[in-house]
Amino acid sequence: MIPDDPWGERTPYAPGSSWPVRVDSHRVEEPDRWVQSASVLHSNGDGIDIGVRDGKIVGVRGRAVDRVNRGRLDPKDVYGWQANNSPDRLTRPLVRSGGKLVEASWDEAMGRIVSRSKQLTAGQIGFYTSGQLFLEEYYTLGVIGKAGLGTPHMDGNTRLCTATSAAALKASFGTDGQPGSYTDVDHCDTIALWGHNVAETQAVLWMRMLDRRHGSAPPAMLAVDPRDTPVAREADVHLPVRPGTNLALMNGLLRLLLRRGWVDLSYVAANTLGLEDLERVVDAYPVPRVADICGVAPADIERAAELLGTADRLLSTVLQGFYQSHQATAASVAVNNLHLLRGMIGRPGAGVLQMNGQPTAENTRETGADGDLPGFRNWDNPSHVRELAALWNVELHTIPHWSPPTHAMQIWRYAEQGSIKLLWISGTNPAVSLPDLARIRRILQQDGLFVVAQDLFRTETTEFADVVLPAATWGEKTGTFTNADRTVHLSKKAVDPPGEARADLDIFLDYAARMDFRDKDGRPLITWTDPESAYAAWQKCSAGRPCDYTAITYDKLRGGSGLQWGGERLYTDGRFNTDSDYCETYGQDLSTGAEFPAEHHRAKRPDGRAFLLATDYRPAPEVPSDDYPLRLVTGRTIWQFHTRTKTGRAPELNERAPSVWVEVHESDAAALGITEGAVVRIESPRGAIEAPARLCGIRAGTVFVPFHYAEEAANELTRTGWDPVSKQPMFKLAAVRLRKTR
Amino acid sequence: MHLAHYLGLLHRAQDVLADALLEVGQAHADEADIAQLCSQQAQVCRERAEALRPFAEHYSEEAPDEPERLHSELFRGAREGPLGVLRDLQDLYLMTAECDICWTLVGQAAKGLRDDDLEKVVEVGAAETSIQLLWLRGRMKQAAPQALVVAD
Repeated sequence: MIPDDPWGERTPYAPGSSWPVRVDSHRVEEPDRWVQSASVLHSNGDGIDIGVRDGKIVGVRGRAVDRVNRGRLDPKDVYGWQANNSPDRLTRPLVRSGGKLVEASWDEAMGRIVSRSKQLTAGQIGFYTSGQLFLEEYYTLGVIGKAGLGTPHMDGNTRLCTATSAAALKASFGTDGQPGSYTDVDHCDTIALWGHNVAETQAVLWMRMLDRRHGSAPPAMLAVDPRDTPVAREADVHLPVRPGTNLALMNGLLRLLLRRGWVDLSYVAANTLGLEDLERVVDAYPVPRVADICGVAPADIERAAELLGTADRLLSTVLQGFYQSHQATAASVAVNNLHLLRGMIGRPGAGVLQMNGQPTAENTRETGADGDLPGFRNWDNPSHVRELAALWNVELHTIPHWSPPTHAMQIWRYAEQGSIKLLWISGTNPAVSLPDLARIRRILQQDGLFVVAQDLFRTETTEFADVVLPAATWGEKTGTFTNADRTVHLSKKAVDPPGEARADLDIFLDYAARMDFRDKDGRPLITWTDPESAYAAWQKCSAGRPCDYTAITYDKLRGGSGLQWGGERLYTDGRFNTDSDYCETYGQDLSTGAEFPAEHHRAKRPDGRAFLLATDYRPAPEVPSDDYPLRLVTGRTIWQFHTRTKTGRAPELNERAPSVWVEVHESDAAALGITEGAVVRIESPRGAIEAPARLCGIRAGTVFVPFHYAEEAANELTRTGWDPVSKQPMFKLAAVRLRKTR
Repeated sequence: MHLAHYLGLLHRAQDVLADALLEVGQAHADEADIAQLCSQQAQVCRERAEALRPFAEHYSEEAPDEPERLHSELFRGAREGPLGVLRDLQDLYLMTAECDICWTLVGQAAKGLRDDDLEKVVEVGAAETSIQLLWLRGRMKQAAPQALVVAD
């Protein structure tokens, strides 16, 4: 691992050949054994072995056999494990007493949660979980919420990172489920990265792309990003669009494809619905109009369209640049449209990767810990709800299914209004990661809101909690999780958790036992007791659904590579999951999020055809003004993850990016008299932070602040607001102003 | 010919709905999605009203005086609290429903007149109105259990 080059040495390869192995490792002592696992500090899902000596983690190495990384490591995985050994881990539960958090027994802590729960009705209890627990834990939490308590208020921070991915896949293809595979990188001749700074968000996937770029017959590359990222610098065509205008760009590109005849008409006729409506909408986006809206050169739009239109094997990846905007789902669906129009789906090198932001986000979507029904079932389809009621042996009406599940931002709103009185936060730090932090802090300290926080460390969020539960983490518990290309990994317990810390699964099982949840015959609702039996219960729940785990057993996951559910690629035969009896959604209007009723869906007789869906571009709800003339986008650096609870405790990572900064275009800086390194004050209508300026390649009129840093948190500035379909907050659309402070 | 009265009724209903959407959105700014979509849909209503204007002017030349009690009044200002949100959305729903039936009737008249241009305007306006109805209905369904059962 070369510290200055987080992507390491190139191992070039040719199209159609397999990606060469390169084993990265780092250890501070020679391990006496290696324990199989996978990465949790990003969403790529790299196979990792944990090195253990004398009951302590002493290093990691990439798993050469794994299909995802072929031995490579993301720098966060190289060093991030040290956080496990941190002396400031939470080792005992804490309860609030006389205004302070004091150590308590598990009995005392759980007793307080249970007694508060029993005073409340289901609609007064909400769960806000993570994208970093394990599948078994999410499924257990989902059953507790839906069949035990019967609350519709369950979601996680995955709403911030992956909700649009799920929404776009459901909208186009009928259910969630990633169509493509990482091996599409091996076969493609063109890669389009839509708002996806893969170099920093999924470093190992970027290594794979770079290795193709350095091999024979390299793929062409298109990047859409207002920042001059490593991806943008590598790309053949870079469109630095104005934030908030992705949909206009997509509509313009689709129009060009249609006009130039870069469309596989026989594929479209056989496998899709909605071409006429799509044509009508995108026809209003000629290149000059799009260039004007997006602020990019018309010639570059034409070049991008040609690159997309003439590719034989096109791979698209989509992430937060598209997901954290006001028309997030519409723009991401437009990428699906592009692939449907070109017949570029379900074959080697031709695929879509609607990416995830977190390592186990996929599992919240599958198991229903994000509020959806488990197994990609449709809340609005009574027969899907009946299947779950039969599986769990509970009354149909126990399972909330009378409206879409309450999304995270609405859960926080109900807490703000006082109708949610118990909020159980697990594995996430909303006091730094949610938009408009001043508001989030107000909510967390409200009288009458009982806050449970379950985490590894004391965080900005635990300080508001009434009960803090010390959790075991990666390496200290066994379980599975699934990455963005549907690869399931087993992560085994390597060492004991510190002190009295417990696996999240054990905490949820303990709660269920203390609450004495019963099925309708009076037997215990939850019958599993450990990760493998929880997984078996999930396998049963997933049977017959797109994410069917029945063939992927713990035994098969032991030893070798991770395994994909659904095969290498979905939709290889052009048949999609849109049958009305099978689909996960009856569809939503892309401009308002309005849910279409079942009869609307049935009348269309989709019968396995994918939907081409389009809507008009509309300006963002908060655009620059005289008072706040700049656009703020927030995002990640490769060296840190989320709010740094782990990466901030790994010296090699933290010293690379120890504190916040703001990226400013030279022309904006010059106009304000800001020089490189000068500390500037960034103000929005919500709040203000201070950060040293970096003058660099970012679109003029746009500034970037990484969101990791609690002390000067980017989310003091961001706005409460979300995409109407996916409900993902629009972190990339706040208006701000800058002032030089010294 | 009385079509002009119905075009006027629809035109005004769209404008009044736009005003009400804006008022409700501003009154419930803390409901971020409602505020955002009310503002967006108000804009849609204004565009629809504008599209009707040339037809209203054209047919008004042939119209007798406006009959009494033509316009209805469904909205008398925004309310407060979770129940207030629900009631305000319900008002908006009824106002949108009035637009919806007006579009249907104006559409029928356009067919009778073989006025293809008006029919096209009606087609778009009716489709957008039905989306508004669907959105309002869904948002109320989502809010109702919490507002009616759980909230203090």
